[in-house]
Amino acid sequence: MTARLSRRFAELKAANRAALVVYVAATDPDAATATALMQALPEAGADVVELGMPFTDPMADGPAIQKAALRALKAGASMDATLAQLQAFRAVDETTPVILMGYYNPIDSYGVERFAADAAAAGADGVIVVDVPPEEAEEITPALKRHDLDFICLATPTSDDARLPKIVAHASGFLYYVAVLGITGTRSAAAEQVARAVARIRKHTSLPVAIGFGIKTPENAAEMARIADAAVVGSAVIDRLAATLTADDQATPETIPTVATFVSDLAAGVRGARARA
Amino acid sequence: MTTHLPNSFAAGPDDRGHFGPHGGRFVAETLMPLILDVEKAYAEAAADPAFQAEMKGYLADFVGRPSPLYFAERLTAICGGAKIYFKREDLNHTGAHKVNNCIGQILLARRMGKTRIIAETGAGQHGVATATVCALFGIPCVIYMGATDIARQQPNVFRMKLLGAEVRSVTSGAATLKDAMNEAMRDWVANVEDTYYLIGTVAGPHPYPLMVREFQKIIGEEAKAQIKAKEGRLPDSLYAAVGGGSNAIGLFYPFLDDPSVKIVGVEAAGHGTDTEEHAASLTMGRPGVLHGSRTYLLQNRDGQITEAYSISAGLDYPGVGPEHAWLKDAGRIDYVSVTDAEALDAFHKTTRHEGIIPALESSHAIAQVLKVAGSLPQDHIILACLSGRGDKDVDTVARAMGKEL
Ligand SMILES: Cc1ncc(COP(=O)(O)O)c(C=O)c1O
Repeated sequence: MTARLSRRFAELKAANRAALVVYVAATDPDAATATALMQALPEAGADVVELGMPFTDPMADGPAIQKAALRALKAGASMDATLAQLQAFRAVDETTPVILMGYYNPIDSYGVERFAADAAAAGADGVIVVDVPPEEAEEITPALKRHDLDFICLATPTSDDARLPKIVAHASGFLYYVAVLGITGTRSAAAEQVARAVARIRKHTSLPVAIGFGIKTPENAAEMARIADAAVVGSAVIDRLAATLTADDQATPETIPTVATFVSDLAAGVRGARARA
Repeated sequence: MTTHLPNSFAAGPDDRGHFGPHGGRFVAETLMPLILDVEKAYAEAAADPAFQAEMKGYLADFVGRPSPLYFAERLTAICGGAKIYFKREDLNHTGAHKVNNCIGQILLARRMGKTRIIAETGAGQHGVATATVCALFGIPCVIYMGATDIARQQPNVFRMKLLGAEVRSVTSGAATLKDAMNEAMRDWVANVEDTYYLIGTVAGPHPYPLMVREFQKIIGEEAKAQIKAKEGRLPDSLYAAVGGGSNAIGLFYPFLDDPSVKIVGVEAAGHGTDTEEHAASLTMGRPGVLHGSRTYLLQNRDGQITEAYSISAGLDYPGVGPEHAWLKDAGRIDYVSVTDAEALDAFHKTTRHEGIIPALESSHAIAQVLKVAGSLPQDHIILACLSGRGDKDVDTVARAMGKEL
């Protein structure tokens, strides 16, 4: 595990609470707003930031994140712009882990080795590539290892006990459990089911387990924080952001405060979860 | 199944679905176990004589196979060179080659106990073929179709509805085939338990490129026997339009290891490959990863997928099947492109001089044939895939002629 991620999970373990992981898309709705917003997230209560690398064809994402990617691309999103946003973040925050999340083609096009080198230099801690399952992981893991980046793998309700060892074999940093069958931002999972799945996953790995997809409210986040080591919130955050934009998708003075307030609410949920339990 | 001959162009893919550097299984983890299920079920079915017999029965009595090999005598005379033969996939039930694959996959879906079918469609031909086989077996189906394609392929949309399919309009991106495929994959991720994704071409993650090729190679197997019966020898050259590449690989595959046969795939050049508006992924694109496999893609320098364009909805896709990518790299197949205008000209010539209204997709292959036939000797035999009929395209052609129907 990279130093920043292991330190963060160790601190939280000592404090007996789960991490709040917040997803935002790079360059959404524009480079300046996205940079300022990202910098406001730790202060608002995000323990880890997941920075989406926009892609034209986000096959595992629902409407909220699809639209975020298209807004970002319209505003000039590119791999260079994503890494520049990360670098600007690192200039003001050396401790909050950042995970880059996206699809394989922009990485493949940039060059896997060059991507790993530049992402590490810009201050990334880990990478999630949605469409690189264990079967294709060799494409990317050697370069990530060379540059000390974690390869965060996804497990889903369809990953059975026969398959989990295959996933865990490639995973580092933490394991991301996709709690629902479906795309981001649509369904929510029942806590009881997720708890059973997490218990099953823990038999296969000692990595921290994060839960994502379908966490929409501070109450949801608290529920998941009682079960796992981290709760990931994406579409619900993007929905708050989108609601503040003008009709032609421009940021307004409400954009950053609205998202920050929502993230604070989520953080309060996550932080209070185990005390209340 | 595949025969693993050394030094064969027909040996791919390997057991991980790779054709050289192309192909593979680049899908989200949610889909991975399903894709492994499909692979296993397909391998079992392919080795089961009962499955093969069942498929053969439907192909004969429902689809109407074998499709004829037709000597296009008047086009041959007009060109004044090579003899031109058409493999008449337009005469299949539902009007295109797409149904060959649908019969195979629907029988597989039934074997797997799936109770709901989803599919993507561009021109609507695959949607119609899917809706048809779902009606045949009483299985509910949802067809994803780009809003742009819905507007230009109205007759097929209505046909799908008559057959009982639900047609869902997709408005993301340019609202064409690529976006329909994204949406179908999103549906599949959310409905893995009961749903089978019936992909319409040799694209997508392994095993689809392999499986769809195996269901389409009957085109080439029949054509090979037919030309031998008519001419006593192999053809000198083969031509087919390439969208995702299923009719082309279907015709080409049985000839890949016949070195005397020149093979040409014809992509859509839209308004010209010197413009931004074309769909020539093999001739103008570069390798990348989309919809589950590595292949040639239309993309910008940052790896964002760019929109394809063609007058023909079935060729309007920024990717291509990974086996074609490999056959291009291997130098076995030449890939060329023809413009909207050239395809329209071939559409009119074939209609007027042969009494066959070809699909606009197929018109691309014919356009290339018409370009080269005149300069070839009279004993040269050309065999082209007439992949579908053009009834669905008459509105589009009328508009291109400045008329409204
Ligand atoms: C008649 C016809 N030919 C060709 C195609 C292109 O597909 P493929 O390249 O998979 O054969 C289509 C697609 O809709 C079609 O309808």
